[in-house]
Amino acid sequence: MKEFWLGKLGWHALPHEWFTILGSISFVMLGLTVIAGLTYTKRWKWLWNEWLTSVDPKRIGIMYFIVGGFMLLRGGLDAIMIWLQQSLSSGASHGYLTAEHFQQVFTAHGNIMVFFVAMGLIFGLINYIVPLQIGARDLASPFMNTLGFWLYVAGVVMVNMFFLFGGEYAATGWLAVAPLSGKAFSPGVGVDYWIWSLQISGVGTTLGAINFIMTILKMRAKGMTLLKMPLFTWGSLCSMIMAVSVFPLLTMTLFLVFFDRYFGTHFFTTDAGGNAMMYTNLIWMWGHPEVYILMLPSFGVFSEIVSTFSRKPIAYYKSNVLAMIGVSSIALLVWLHHFFTMGASAEVNSAFGVATMIIAIPTTVLVFSWIATMYKGRIRFTTPMLWFLGFIAIFALGGISGVLLAIPPVDFQLHNSLFLVAHFHSTVIGGVLFGIFAGLNYWFPKIAGFRLNERIGRYAVWAWIVGFFVAFTPLYILGLMGATRRLDHYDSSKGWQPFYIMALVGGLIIAAGVALQIVQIIASIIQRKRLRDPTGDPWDGRTLEWATASPPPSYNFAVIPEVKTRDAYFEMKHLHAPKHAFEDIHMPKNTASGIYISIFAFLAGFGFVWEINWLAVVSIIGIIVCLIARTFNEDSEYTIPAEVVRKMEKARTDKADTHRKDSRDDEDDMGLIEFAKTVITWALGIALGIVRGKK
Amino acid sequence: MAKHKKIREGRAIWVAFLALIGLGLLVAVLLRGNDVILFNPKGLVATQQRRLMVTSTLIMLGFAVPVLITLYFFAWKFRETNPKATHNPSASRGKLLMLAFWAMPTAIMLILASLMIPATFKLEPQDTIKAEKDLLTIQVVALRWKWLFIYPGQDIATVNYVQIPVDTPVQFQLTADETPMSSFWIPHLGGQLYAMTEHNNRLNLLADTPGDYEGSAAEINGAGFAGMRFTTRVSAQDDFDTWVAKTKQSPAELSTPEYKKLLGPSENHPATFYKDPDPSLYSTILSKYAGSHGGSHDHQTQGAGEH
Repeated sequence: MKEFWLGKLGWHALPHEWFTILGSISFVMLGLTVIAGLTYTKRWKWLWNEWLTSVDPKRIGIMYFIVGGFMLLRGGLDAIMIWLQQSLSSGASHGYLTAEHFQQVFTAHGNIMVFFVAMGLIFGLINYIVPLQIGARDLASPFMNTLGFWLYVAGVVMVNMFFLFGGEYAATGWLAVAPLSGKAFSPGVGVDYWIWSLQISGVGTTLGAINFIMTILKMRAKGMTLLKMPLFTWGSLCSMIMAVSVFPLLTMTLFLVFFDRYFGTHFFTTDAGGNAMMYTNLIWMWGHPEVYILMLPSFGVFSEIVSTFSRKPIAYYKSNVLAMIGVSSIALLVWLHHFFTMGASAEVNSAFGVATMIIAIPTTVLVFSWIATMYKGRIRFTTPMLWFLGFIAIFALGGISGVLLAIPPVDFQLHNSLFLVAHFHSTVIGGVLFGIFAGLNYWFPKIAGFRLNERIGRYAVWAWIVGFFVAFTPLYILGLMGATRRLDHYDSSKGWQPFYIMALVGGLIIAAGVALQIVQIIASIIQRKRLRDPTGDPWDGRTLEWATASPPPSYNFAVIPEVKTRDAYFEMKHLHAPKHAFEDIHMPKNTASGIYISIFAFLAGFGFVWEINWLAVVSIIGIIVCLIARTFNEDSEYTIPAEVVRKMEKARTDKADTHRKDSRDDEDDMGLIEFAKTVITWALGIALGIVRGKK
Repeated sequence: MAKHKKIREGRAIWVAFLALIGLGLLVAVLLRGNDVILFNPKGLVATQQRRLMVTSTLIMLGFAVPVLITLYFFAWKFRETNPKATHNPSASRGKLLMLAFWAMPTAIMLILASLMIPATFKLEPQDTIKAEKDLLTIQVVALRWKWLFIYPGQDIATVNYVQIPVDTPVQFQLTADETPMSSFWIPHLGGQLYAMTEHNNRLNLLADTPGDYEGSAAEINGAGFAGMRFTTRVSAQDDFDTWVAKTKQSPAELSTPEYKKLLGPSENHPATFYKDPDPSLYSTILSKYAGSHGGSHDHQTQGAGEH
């Protein structure tokens, strides 16, 4: 009976390692603080109505940033844990983690960073910026978007369940290589958590991608032909098309692994005709494009930034677009380079090696396009531009090591070594994370209405760049010294330890960079009045998102602009556009269906992880019922009357005119010392207030 | 204020430059006395792989370094605070330049591909290496978490230790038994190849300098993965023959029950020596998983068949 109701669940599942207990405690404390804060300020209803059930892509984008940023801290902590273990665990010392736990930590690190940090933040940017850039008021399917977001959140919770609730995480590497991930070699619930966190968030990604393809293709402002689209939108379109092409493959592969583990089928097992090599193929057919799904929007961000801060239109726009399309299509055809060492023939290996090299061509063209844009520009070294300059150095390193790994005979020596690890961190940190940070700095004034602190922002960039090289140069060298990845212990005779320690130091410098980014945001909030941008266009921007207020009203544009050229807004600024009459605006209503479906999806996954069959079945029925109920909801829109729009717009323009001043000068931005002073004074003030209040 | 900014930008370049030199010095100091294995090959294959790696890196650097210098130089030259730089929003629109943008990386990749394709065929690990001496075949079974070596010609077997004569082409036939995919890697001698159940991969190597070189399992395959290492002793032919004769006198015999014991998981397994392994053991292990795809997968004859 107990087995029917609880499956494999029992007291033994609860957290019992010091770090999982610490993790649970800190999460519970954080949760309690948030709950207390919301109750104290009576914000529950506001949170539910204004945010959680919102279908506004801008709000959903911000929620992606918050969850993704939080996961960045979580994944970063894993990174420090990994390096700490490897710095300690040499010779007689075995570090502070067992092999099993160490393997769980790096698996979680990889999954969290790729799925819940990079994917989350990229989706956040796309959500916020793409509709603004194409002059749309909402998305093709606002409901699908909120559903996609909440499925992502369900995945986030699932990946953290092993220490929030209990059990263990997969100890298989981030892609759960078969047959290691089979029941025979990984009998615990770790791989099941892995399957369901990826499965649920992966479905969310597919839905989001379909939605954005439809939005970009069907909802552009009048006159914006495909070849007048801003490059970030182009990058996002390429990325989303790739996501739609490969995420169903991930979904299917995960189902097959699930069947193997749950129903005892033999798709990827060693026995009874299972073929583990097929798993390797399938997972990489998705896994390689996945990296480019993250990279392409980031390329778009850099194109926007280089163009804006060079005060020039992007050079060779068509070439740039072609390069992005090239990257995204060839990226679908290179997956085999992840396992040259599995024993395919020289013919197959060299074919995939050539395909991989071909990707380097459009990527280089993008770099040339940025160089040509800077040529005879007037370059402002704002924080986004500094992120770009850092990206180039790191990404070049990643690109060269990547082409090196595409040469099969060289790959035989470097595969599975720390050289490989250093390579993909160069591309993902340099290419994806730096792109996201650049984008967040660039669009922050649009999102918040005030720009970020430039001075502390610069410190953060430098900490990240220096930290990156201190952390990953030793990994390249360790790879050349024959160090394989994922080692929880090694011989002291090899001379690896100093390099691992150096990497740890680099990791701590990066952590300082992250701390500086947090300080940057807090300092900017403190100084928000001084940094306020009433114009909606703080950088002398070129694309449509700068044409509306900061932050934009829920309907984005009171009058949808008509696009005549590329860099539409830049041209508009120099022409006095005729006044349009305001019209009624139809906007989608908020809905909680996405939340309900995601809760059911989470519960279904949870049921499958612990083999609580009734829960899984009930939850799946719940999902279906919610979906059907949603289709009967025809009252999904509301109207903002033209008169209201006119009033809102008038209030905004009046305000903008009275405040118009150049706030671009960064001499006023507070530095770290002033920040420390402000925070201490503030804390002292509160403390004194409490003391006085008691008297 | 403009002057102030200019100083700051100039300083940043110098700081970055000095930091790079500092990083290089630190690495050089840390490297002192340590073996950078991939640059210190002890075998034919590893030597050729190193050469290919170095050549390709130099070609790419020859292209990338000027590009990077141009990018950073332009960033500096066309800074807003530089009164001498010309500003022209419609600069760089030439068709010819665009052609060059595509042609340059294409040319570099053509050069690299023309190096890569012949090298891939030449260094295909499944092909035997031709040399004066006869081929030595060693059957390797990845077990949890140790490597079993069977010398079919010498009638001996070892665990986590393999000895080979110098200048002799060696073929490691790789498979696995009740173990996830494992990657067999002796970086001093050459690149890795996967050992998988049901499959018979062949890694051909030739050592040219006597010495002890560590081999490892490069792909994660479970809890004992970090300790799945073995010593590769490369010795003169005489020493090898002596060692074989001595191992034949080992008290332990690789019988079926003994193999069953090895099949169970164990970590950091010590080097162990056996006499008289069952001559059909390796083929038994291979055929244990066969049947589903019509026989075992022989990579040499089937080639890429279904990968």
